[in-house]
Amino acid sequence: MALLEVSEVTVRFGGNVALDDVHLGAEPGIVTGLIGPNGAGKTTLFNVITGLLPPNVGKVTIDGRNVNRLSPTKRARCGMARTFQRLELFSLLSVRENIRVAADVHKGWARDGSNPAEVVEEIIERVGLTAVADARVDSLPTGQCRLVELGRCLATKPKVMLLDEPASGQSEAETVIFAELLQSLAAGGMAVVLVEHDVALVMNVCARVNVLDFGRIIASGTPSEIQNDQAVLSAYLGTGS
Amino acid sequence: MDKFLTFTIVGLSLAAIYAVIASGLVLTFTTTGIFNFAHGAAGMLAAFTYWQLRFEWGWPVPVCLVLILGVMAPLFGVLLEVVVMRGLRGTTDTVKLVVSISLLLFMIGLAQLIWPPGVSRPMSKFFQTSTPINLGPTTITWHQAITIMVAIVAAIGLRLVLTRFRFGIAMRAAVDDPSLSALNGARPNRISMLAWALGTALAALGGILIAPNVTLDAPSLSLLIVSAYAAAIFGRLRSLPLTFLGAIVLGLTEGYLTGYLPQNQYLPGLRIASPALLLFLVLLVLPNPRLRGRMTRSREFFPMPSIRGTLVFGGVVIVGGVVLATTLSTPDQLTYGRLFPIGIIALSLVPLVGFAGQISLCQLSFAGIGGLVMAHLGHGGDPVALIWAVLISAAVGALIALPALRLSGIYLALGTAAFATILDRWIFTLPKFSVFGWFNVDLFTQGSINVDPLTAFGKTFNSAASQIVIGAIFFALVAFLVVMIRRGRLGRRLIAMKDSEAACATLGMNLFGTKLLVFSISAGIAGLGGALYAMQLTSIQSGNFDLVNSLQVFALSVVGGIGAVGGALFAGISLYVVLPVIGVLFPTVVRWVGLLPGATGIGLGRDPNGAVSQMRDGFAPLAGSPSSLLVMTLTLAALYGIRLIDAIDNWTFVGGLVIVPLVASVIATVSAASKERMLAQLEDAPDRTPMEWIGIDRPWTTEDLATLDLALGTSELELHGPA
Repeated sequence: MALLEVSEVTVRFGGNVALDDVHLGAEPGIVTGLIGPNGAGKTTLFNVITGLLPPNVGKVTIDGRNVNRLSPTKRARCGMARTFQRLELFSLLSVRENIRVAADVHKGWARDGSNPAEVVEEIIERVGLTAVADARVDSLPTGQCRLVELGRCLATKPKVMLLDEPASGQSEAETVIFAELLQSLAAGGMAVVLVEHDVALVMNVCARVNVLDFGRIIASGTPSEIQNDQAVLSAYLGTGS
Repeated sequence: MDKFLTFTIVGLSLAAIYAVIASGLVLTFTTTGIFNFAHGAAGMLAAFTYWQLRFEWGWPVPVCLVLILGVMAPLFGVLLEVVVMRGLRGTTDTVKLVVSISLLLFMIGLAQLIWPPGVSRPMSKFFQTSTPINLGPTTITWHQAITIMVAIVAAIGLRLVLTRFRFGIAMRAAVDDPSLSALNGARPNRISMLAWALGTALAALGGILIAPNVTLDAPSLSLLIVSAYAAAIFGRLRSLPLTFLGAIVLGLTEGYLTGYLPQNQYLPGLRIASPALLLFLVLLVLPNPRLRGRMTRSREFFPMPSIRGTLVFGGVVIVGGVVLATTLSTPDQLTYGRLFPIGIIALSLVPLVGFAGQISLCQLSFAGIGGLVMAHLGHGGDPVALIWAVLISAAVGALIALPALRLSGIYLALGTAAFATILDRWIFTLPKFSVFGWFNVDLFTQGSINVDPLTAFGKTFNSAASQIVIGAIFFALVAFLVVMIRRGRLGRRLIAMKDSEAACATLGMNLFGTKLLVFSISAGIAGLGGALYAMQLTSIQSGNFDLVNSLQVFALSVVGGIGAVGGALFAGISLYVVLPVIGVLFPTVVRWVGLLPGATGIGLGRDPNGAVSQMRDGFAPLAGSPSSLLVMTLTLAALYGIRLIDAIDNWTFVGGLVIVPLVASVIATVSAASKERMLAQLEDAPDRTPMEWIGIDRPWTTEDLATLDLALGTSELELHGPA
């Protein structure tokens, strides 16, 4: 059983089926990709996993524990963290303070004897925000904001990290560094789920890729399997007929 | 059976009034997204106007009705929309709320200006002299029948307008998606003007119908109509049918409570408070909203306060207190001294509203609890009672956090307003009662209760002067506490929660615990302020702590700048220094003073960061110039010295206090600017000639060409070839 296991998840908004019997698993130590056209239901799935949106049907487990009835807060304390496609930074605080909030919260319930201030400095160093650590996040370009959100996640010491389009707004050079960062995080034993439109990035860092289209998983497998999958090609490029 | 029918009719006619008012509210809220706290006040103004025309001047009824409902009210609505509400698009809930609350205060002030309170203004009901209609087992008066008919006509009329008429359909489209409906050729400005015209006319209609049943009194009539808001909440501020249903539930509850409530001294308040109680309950059972991310980007920004700055601020406050205590006469000390306890109550809003983004309109209620604790437990001025005042208020504050977990923005504002109303109208009016036989509670003994002055270190601080100094010291301490909260872990957490609750939850933050904590802290601070306020007043009554007072403090704190402790001082100074001083300086306009608190808030939409941040920016150069600062301090000290030996009077002294810092600041600004110019000249002294004047003012040089090439990305060689 995978560390994060999503099974039979269905979400309907009125008559519109946003997610239809979705299964997804994420293993520790690798980056799991989730791609799909706009409106396929990727962010909705993240909302279901993190508890922001109750599904009509379906189950989410983490480490074998069913978290369906748990609030977003409780799920986070089970080791789940996420970033947001539309950036949910604490805009009135500095980069350092943003990450510090998360570190303090973690320390508050985990009582693991860590020193939040040190944790924050390590993370800032690791995600490469040292130069802007004291800047208000409002003043940063989107690419760096995404890194702040990532850093905030890391401060909660998650087992599973859900990243919603973390590379959009990053320059090509930034994306290269970011890919290395993702791989090193996964290598540290974390399960990373990556939603991303930058297919090259996904194919580069992910060990497994799932493709979501109109709320259904239409393919999953290794990057090379996905690249040759007929259903995927037609979903992305359209069929000739 | 007869009795049941009679009170059903009483209830239904009340329901009809609530329905009419509430539907107007829903109309304006849905089309413009602004919850108009002043909606009831519009009804109040209409009732007064009707009294003026009909009973004072004796105009015929139809003329009065057509003039008010057909002309004045709609025009007033349009005026509100164009002048005030249109500027509020894209501002935060807090700002919108403060503007409409200020409007409410302004309208109450206006009514009291035109129709001075304390005069009896009887209004007869419609067809008062006609015999009631016989319905068999019971009768119905013409007024009741007309009221119910009016509500039915309003319901049918609104239904028709919204489904059949072009403008009604456009109105519904504007609710669903304003930008899309604008793209389709609807004119949003015209639609919202019409909605406000119609909504205000409905408020006016309700006001005229309800006024004959109650005394014509501006504040109570404006807030009595708040009851109608509960009906709108039934419809979640969107659905008109549910709003009508809510109005019926409310009206009947009130009607039956009138008829069947046991006749004892404890329960009449319950009937009066019942709409607020129902409002509170409805808010509690509304389905839990989904956690959402940021809806609008806030324009607010409150910089991190420095410890040094705060210490200076606190020092200035305490020195200010000492100056007031030593220069003012005792009656003046009693008037102006209130600025500190009220300032502390305003400070209680800073962590709650400024940092955490929660809203509370019941801070004076917590203050009232603090004051009562001081009165009951603080015999002989026992300082331990102050601690109890804080703790007990904090515990009650925690209760308010329960609905706050589920509610935000306008709903939380209404919930806390309902709580304040329940306290005002019921709990604070209770006669002596016993709690399960353990002990007796007698809140405000005979309408008012005495409070002993503080006794500490073997000294009783019973003079007005010592009370001022104590108030100033407490204000400085609490301000320091608030700044420490802002700089610490809790402050970051509160600001994070204000920005994005969704992000906080997914990081594992306990939102409920955090809200509980901040509400308790805030209520505790308000309780402390209330206890000090009570000591200063020496005798308190429930009227000192009612909703209107809370609204004033809330509005002025936000105007001053709710994110910083300076905003709280601003609120205290505005209410208890500036307003009385204006009254003394310009006795002819004293009656206009009531308009000021409201008037200041209405303009808030322009700068959500508040007045204090503007003032701070203005004085910034002063802080950077030690010499001007020193000269200013010395001059002020000298002024104080000559005031103490009575060489000058207070007005000269106050004038000096205002003028000296202004002059110092101007000098600092000018000298900073000239210093900057000098530095700039030193740096670029060789060449300040603008590019287009080179060759005219002075000849071209090779450096100029190099600069030009660099700017244009060309090279000498490409352009001119080898020399």
